[in-house]
Amino acid sequence: MNWFKYSSPAAFYPLAGKMAPWFLAAGAALGAIGLYIGFFAAPTDFQQGDSYRIIFIHVPAAWMSMLIYVVMAFWAGIGLAFNTRLSSMMAHALAPTGALMTFLALWTGSLWGKPTWGTWWVWDARLTSELILLFLYIGYLSLAAAIDDPRKADKASAVLALVGVINVPIIYYSVQWWNTLHQGASVSITRSPSMAAIMLWGMLVMVFAFWSYCIGAVLLRLRHIIRERERHAAWAGAAGG
Amino acid sequence: MQWNSAAEFFAMGGYGLYVWGAYAVTAVLVAVEAVTLVRRECAARSSRAQPEGKGRPR
Amino acid sequence: MAAGAAAAFGAVLARDLLIAYRRRADVLTTLFFFVIVVSLFPLGVGPEPDTLREIAPGVVWVSALLAAMLSLARMFSGDFADGTLEQLVLAPQPLTWLVLAKVAAHWLTAGLPLVVIGPLLGLQFDLPAEALVVLVVSLLIGTPALSMIGAVGAALTLGVRGGGALTALLVLPLYVPVLIFGAGAVAAAAEGTGAGGHLSLLGAMLMLSLVFAPWAIGAALKISLE
Repeated sequence: MNWFKYSSPAAFYPLAGKMAPWFLAAGAALGAIGLYIGFFAAPTDFQQGDSYRIIFIHVPAAWMSMLIYVVMAFWAGIGLAFNTRLSSMMAHALAPTGALMTFLALWTGSLWGKPTWGTWWVWDARLTSELILLFLYIGYLSLAAAIDDPRKADKASAVLALVGVINVPIIYYSVQWWNTLHQGASVSITRSPSMAAIMLWGMLVMVFAFWSYCIGAVLLRLRHIIRERERHAAWAGAAGG
Repeated sequence: MQWNSAAEFFAMGGYGLYVWGAYAVTAVLVAVEAVTLVRRECAARSSRAQPEGKGRPR
Repeated sequence: MAAGAAAAFGAVLARDLLIAYRRRADVLTTLFFFVIVVSLFPLGVGPEPDTLREIAPGVVWVSALLAAMLSLARMFSGDFADGTLEQLVLAPQPLTWLVLAKVAAHWLTAGLPLVVIGPLLGLQFDLPAEALVVLVVSLLIGTPALSMIGAVGAALTLGVRGGGALTALLVLPLYVPVLIFGAGAVAAAAEGTGAGGHLSLLGAMLMLSLVFAPWAIGAALKISLE
């Protein structure tokens, strides 16, 4: 089967339309299961009490924020290398959801840190790297928004995304180094490997829930972008037709 | 089931503010994103006769 | 007959330096910005010597970073405005060499002055002698990296709405590793623990930027000139 036929916006548009509802529904269902496990099956933690239950949204949000950035950079790169419009549109569709996940990771991380460490913000390696990742997303969105010509915006933001994705591991490791130097004892908020199995299961289900939801949301946003950019095309139908 | 009462559930062992603060903001923002996207999608599907699946740019 | 890459490098470098010399004021304003910003911190934090000694590495480094960033605007804007940039991009010589020349010229006029003035400002914070030496070395290695990385941001935002603030938004997150190891080196030297590790990693970042940035800068320039 020739998958490359889906690389045109016109061909992918209906496919995305059919897939999106399924992913959103799966996200909701998995979320319900995950939250049930997180609140009713998982026991109270010995050390952190019930505040640890925030991990069931903090960890999935953080993982999504990083995964989406890499995927975004990948599609942006494809769009830059092969001059395919749909790939660049996909990158633009991914960015807002990625930024949202990053913000949620920071917000939930902060609320987890307060009862655990006593302050609303902790300069631990992961939170600080998440903060910088948020700046990278905002930079991408700002650059794309500042350039009027869509194709030029596609290419410029693609270069930025590629430069950013190379820097993400560098930033992460340098922030980790910085953190251990200045604080001696590790101040990592995330759990040590001694998590009860049921907690891990809950987290895993929530990760898949977030993943499903993000795919659904991104597909819907991609359809919106395709409608906007391709509205002049014959296949898109006359307005109000 | 470890919660003896609804009150206990909401208190979250004293950490209720943090746990529900985290979950509430997450729920609200995700809902805003989802609702915005779904509404745009429904509006587009109903107002325009999309030639779904028939389209090939000429 | 087209000149070789090295000759073209020399020509672009010489031209940029000459232009910078004719606009000496630009170089000086960057320098004075550095000095003023460093002086703001004690005014904000208080004159307690121990506190100042402790924050000195970070303060000097952040101020140098901001000064370097502010000067990025003029790296390409003049040539963009008068059409020279287009000629450079269309030239037969490899664009990466021409780009390196422009960044080198920028560093010599915007980065090197910071390296020279840095230790004097470090003295204001009562940094010990070993730390001052490491400050110079860290700035010497770090400011070229800042110029290279910053050039990517400058090239991407040429002629784009949002100006300096947008460039700052794009470039500052990428500056973070350089800042961490640059300031970290000076702090380590002040404490007495070795700065070698930090300086090596700083050097590694400079090498990485020298290898990868010219491609990104060239690509960004071509996109901006479309």
